[in-house]
Amino acid sequence: MADNSIKKISIVPFGPQHPVLPEPIHLDLVLQDEKVIDALPSIGFVHRGLEKLVEKRDFQEFVLIAERTCGICSFGHGLGYVEAIENIMDLQVPERAKFLRTMWAELARMHNHLMWLGLLGDAFGFESLFMETWRLRERVLDQLELTTGGRVIFSVNKVGGLRRDVTPAMLESIRNAVDSLEKDCRIVTDTFLGDHDVLSRMKGVGKLSPERAVELGCCGPFLRASGVRRDLRTTGYEAYGKLKFDPVISLDGDCYARCEVRIKELYQSMDLVKQCIEKMPEGEVAVPFKGNPDGECMVRIEQPRGEALYYVKANGTKFLTRYRNRTPTYSNIPGLIETIIGAELADVAMMILTIDPCISCTER
Amino acid sequence: MSSKEIMQVKDILLDRLLDEVTRIHYEDFRLMQICATKVAENRYEILYTFGKGYEWKHVRVTVSHEEKVPSITSIFETAYLYENEIHDLFGIQIEMMNYDFKGKLFRTGVQFPFA
Amino acid sequence: MAFTSYIGYALKNLFTKPSTEKYPAQPRQYEERYRGHIENDISKCILCGMCMRSCPSSAITVSKPAYSWKIRPFSCVQCRRCVEVCPVHCLSMHNAYTEPGPEKTEIVNSYSEEQIAKEIEKQKAMAAKIAAAKAAAAKAAEQ
Repeated sequence: MADNSIKKISIVPFGPQHPVLPEPIHLDLVLQDEKVIDALPSIGFVHRGLEKLVEKRDFQEFVLIAERTCGICSFGHGLGYVEAIENIMDLQVPERAKFLRTMWAELARMHNHLMWLGLLGDAFGFESLFMETWRLRERVLDQLELTTGGRVIFSVNKVGGLRRDVTPAMLESIRNAVDSLEKDCRIVTDTFLGDHDVLSRMKGVGKLSPERAVELGCCGPFLRASGVRRDLRTTGYEAYGKLKFDPVISLDGDCYARCEVRIKELYQSMDLVKQCIEKMPEGEVAVPFKGNPDGECMVRIEQPRGEALYYVKANGTKFLTRYRNRTPTYSNIPGLIETIIGAELADVAMMILTIDPCISCTER
Repeated sequence: MSSKEIMQVKDILLDRLLDEVTRIHYEDFRLMQICATKVAENRYEILYTFGKGYEWKHVRVTVSHEEKVPSITSIFETAYLYENEIHDLFGIQIEMMNYDFKGKLFRTGVQFPFA
Repeated sequence: MAFTSYIGYALKNLFTKPSTEKYPAQPRQYEERYRGHIENDISKCILCGMCMRSCPSSAITVSKPAYSWKIRPFSCVQCRRCVEVCPVHCLSMHNAYTEPGPEKTEIVNSYSEEQIAKEIEKQKAMAAKIAAAKAAAAKAAEQ
């Protein structure tokens, strides 16, 4: 805590409106000269009460609302919700639907990571990186538009499977797009990771030890950058059990390590998409079902930003009692506060960006 | 897999909560989430989820508005966000939090919208 | 070195055409599956109200007394749910999104004169049928 004998202590409000923040989060930074000695988060600017809406909407229809919690992790939210319902109702989803869900989840991860890299570049004045990555992201979005009909909100999940199937021509188109994307991404990311300015700005900044990261409940790339090998995809939900991959980790735990982990995950996702297309089985994409769910279930899936929990409690009618969504950013905030304390004020913006915050989903 | 295999919940009494959570803390678990559910008028379930690697466990207490729930922030320091959220949305009283936002974490239009 | 590999890329960027489209001059090419806007074929519509009840954003209003089907296109979230639940398949999703406008408009599809006349006749026939059935039931109860 602060040493009050030195009188140069000031409190700087950071956010909710700030040029680097895409979404409203507020931090009260206690500064001693230029150094942050304490920080207090406050959220709640975009609370919409979407979880309450579950009591008014049919459980099948709520998939569409669950997806619209957030623009970027929308596919994951829909997936977590339908998985919870399917577990309660004991539905066996067809293999093809599982593979397609995995493929779309990975495409969503690709476009999330590219978008994040652009925002990060924007946060510390690397404007051309922002342009480059968002142009590359556009190619992923085009493929999503072609296969699902939506650019960021796909609306393809339903209880029991998928609403739409894809044709072989579409899979071929995705494969080609991913191949060409990989080539162009390499140039951009290699330049980024090897750049002198980036290294001097990020190396050794915002360190978080693995023990603290686990204790504070961090998740996703933020945790893996501290050297903890925990990726929920290895638990093999959907089709991940049939694909070959290894969680990406980095041992440094600083801002640069977080970038490195996300960039490596980008290539891992490309590889997973290609594996999915190769192993794609034929058959139905949805199973019919009757009745209403009764019971409770909590599922966890690996979102682009980390581990997300979905809790559903049903009561046997078509309206659910409770839907709860614990998003990755919610549990990353304590870790973020930990890294900010002791940093320079000028680095705070960049550190907030390196956890890839998503405030809309945090508040739902 | 059916939901029973995935999720096993241990129901405990409110005054056993801190003992149970302390025991879980000594087993090196981390806090994953806390969530409240309205089950009936003035009847709320609070579900605590703890994780260790890929394992997880659930502990549940049932409370009403009159009861004061002890905060677990003395054991898991990161619980303050969840506990403030439960207080702001459901109006459940939680005692002895390390950071008490006094109902100002979620700036809701109506008081206790989920209650 | 990373920098040298980037020079080629930067030069390529310099001499390729812009990656953006000249939007109003060159119209956007939508994919076939793109969820743009909802259209209703009112001649097939039976005004059952399924779409109204299942709309997540409550954008659709169906009024049986006024013989009208209304949508607020600026509230629609393009989820395609109404198309799936429609029992007579009169709703369809088209791939161009709603054009921006100065105010939030409402699209009203109403029954034509002939349709209304037909509907009233149908209702009259139904009422007559019900009356006949009731009379028959009353007669049967008397005996």
